[in-house]
Amino acid sequence: MQTPLRLKIGKQPEQGPGQKDVSERGIKKLAVISRRPTSPSEGWLADATFRGLVIACAVSLLVIVALILIQLMRQSAASRGSFGLKFLTTSIWNPVTGKFGAAPFIYGTLVSSFLGLLIAVPLSLGTALFLTELCPPFFRRILGTTVELLAAIPSVIYGLWGLFVLAPVLRLYLEPWLQKSLGWTGLFSGPPLGVGMLAAGIILAIMILPIVASVTREVILAVPRQQREAVLALGATRWEMLRMGVLRNARVGIVGAVILGLGRAIGETMAVTMVIGNSPQISKSLFAPGNTLASVVALEFSEASDDLHLSSLIEVALVLFVITLIVNALARLLVWSVTRGQPSRTLA
Amino acid sequence: MPKPPKTSISLRRRLSNLLALGGITLATAIVVVPLILIIGTVAYHGIAGLNWAFFTNMPKPPGETGGGMANALVGSGMILMIASAIGIPMGIGTGIFLAEYGRNAYGDVVRFTADVLNGVPSIVIGLTAWALVVVAQGHFSAFSGGIALGIMMVPTVSRTTEEVLLMVPQSVREAALGLGIPQWRTTLSVVVRTAMSGIVTGIMLAFARIAGETAPLMFTAFGNQFWNTSFKEPVAAVPLQIYVYAISPFDEWHRLAWTGAFVLILLIAGAMILFRFATSRGVMRETT
Repeated sequence: MQTPLRLKIGKQPEQGPGQKDVSERGIKKLAVISRRPTSPSEGWLADATFRGLVIACAVSLLVIVALILIQLMRQSAASRGSFGLKFLTTSIWNPVTGKFGAAPFIYGTLVSSFLGLLIAVPLSLGTALFLTELCPPFFRRILGTTVELLAAIPSVIYGLWGLFVLAPVLRLYLEPWLQKSLGWTGLFSGPPLGVGMLAAGIILAIMILPIVASVTREVILAVPRQQREAVLALGATRWEMLRMGVLRNARVGIVGAVILGLGRAIGETMAVTMVIGNSPQISKSLFAPGNTLASVVALEFSEASDDLHLSSLIEVALVLFVITLIVNALARLLVWSVTRGQPSRTLA
Repeated sequence: MPKPPKTSISLRRRLSNLLALGGITLATAIVVVPLILIIGTVAYHGIAGLNWAFFTNMPKPPGETGGGMANALVGSGMILMIASAIGIPMGIGTGIFLAEYGRNAYGDVVRFTADVLNGVPSIVIGLTAWALVVVAQGHFSAFSGGIALGIMMVPTVSRTTEEVLLMVPQSVREAALGLGIPQWRTTLSVVVRTAMSGIVTGIMLAFARIAGETAPLMFTAFGNQFWNTSFKEPVAAVPLQIYVYAISPFDEWHRLAWTGAFVLILLIAGAMILFRFATSRGVMRETT
């Protein structure tokens, strides 16, 4: 056999006595490209080792997730033992008397996250539609990068900005105005502190915008072009085309994107810790300071001295983990059902 | 796109069309505003406090001016080094598995787990690293912080790696295998090398994400007021220091927090540009 053509791959692999089999083996590989060669040849051991290595990497990913669950369960054993399921419904959190209940944090997490979604979803839906359907092509790249940049800003910097810029603006302008015009609802009562649920919700909204917008955009792009053309051909206006041809077809995926954003909001720690006011209470007013599952762990964990306090904080983290697990699994399934399991761009 | 004749559309439909399109454009504008505001404020306050002392001095007690973040910069570097050493090989390995061996149910399980791990709150990962490493060793350390951040890199790196490996045409693999190159060599030297620029983009995304992470470091790397270059000791980190300074009541520390934030954004942006530049000679087009 002639010397084979050289690919530009640095060193040429050794051509041992097995050179005769080269073409034969190549053909076999064409059939089942990703399977181990059926007959042991000179590269067998190396192939098997490599295969073993990458499988080990993949398996360790599963091990990590399992370890997270096991460790959280183990370390929270003391708390689970002494409070049981009442841990989730008790609204007293008092390290001094050793009484711990996570209800205020579950409440705080839900309220701040939903507030964040309430603001972020319409805006990101609009952005995704603008980027895919309305935006002039030359502008698309810049705008897309801008939105993705929002995702690259560290959480602690959002917190810094929230604490020193957003909170004062809320305290001096937005909150007094809300109180005057909507105070009768009871949602906007109490002293305007700046920091509190409302601030946390707004910061969360800004932070989850990029992920919701980019996944929505991805889902919208997966809607076949013919759908749009068909609706337009029936004489629809552009908005009717978007509504009937695009949004209706993409709705499952959009719900997935929203839930994905919810998962982000629930787990967000630093920025929320810095602007939520940190107080374990349940209050109807959005001006009131609160705490979330993530923020109470961040705030108290390094200062907790007794074992029950530590254990309770870890149980809080366990609750957080289970909630995000369910939320993310749900979101992924929904998004996958639209993009047909193609690797979705996992944005930071 | 062809426009339907105007006369056939009722006023109500035309108005709702106009309103909706206007709303969409307005929403986009509202999204861009906070970004400009945040970057603007950080740059405004950050540039004001930027000087050499910030990079060379140690933190000073409240009341004294001229403190810096030298130890935190070094600490962040150490933590990120460990994180990269763990996260990048594991991520690429998993990505290769998914693309080359994982076109089946096993692959789907791994893929799903990666997506789930991607959504696990960073503070939970930090707690796990605390339970696994800090509790076992009995002390906080740079090492444990690196492990927490390394774990966080894996999902992003692996999914991006998979994505770009799948973009390498099957014929390239076939050609290499047809020349008698063993499969592992084909994957590493031909397929991975072809997709290198895309893989690096993924690494860059993951790196940018963890470089600013604070929550997982609070009970792993813990922070340190003093100079430390030992991986076994607690170290300071820039994001951690920003947090501590921001919630403090001292004006001088607030200034340092802003400068720290500015430097952090610059470092992340710089790393991204550097990666881009280093990979611009790659064979493949950018995958973004």
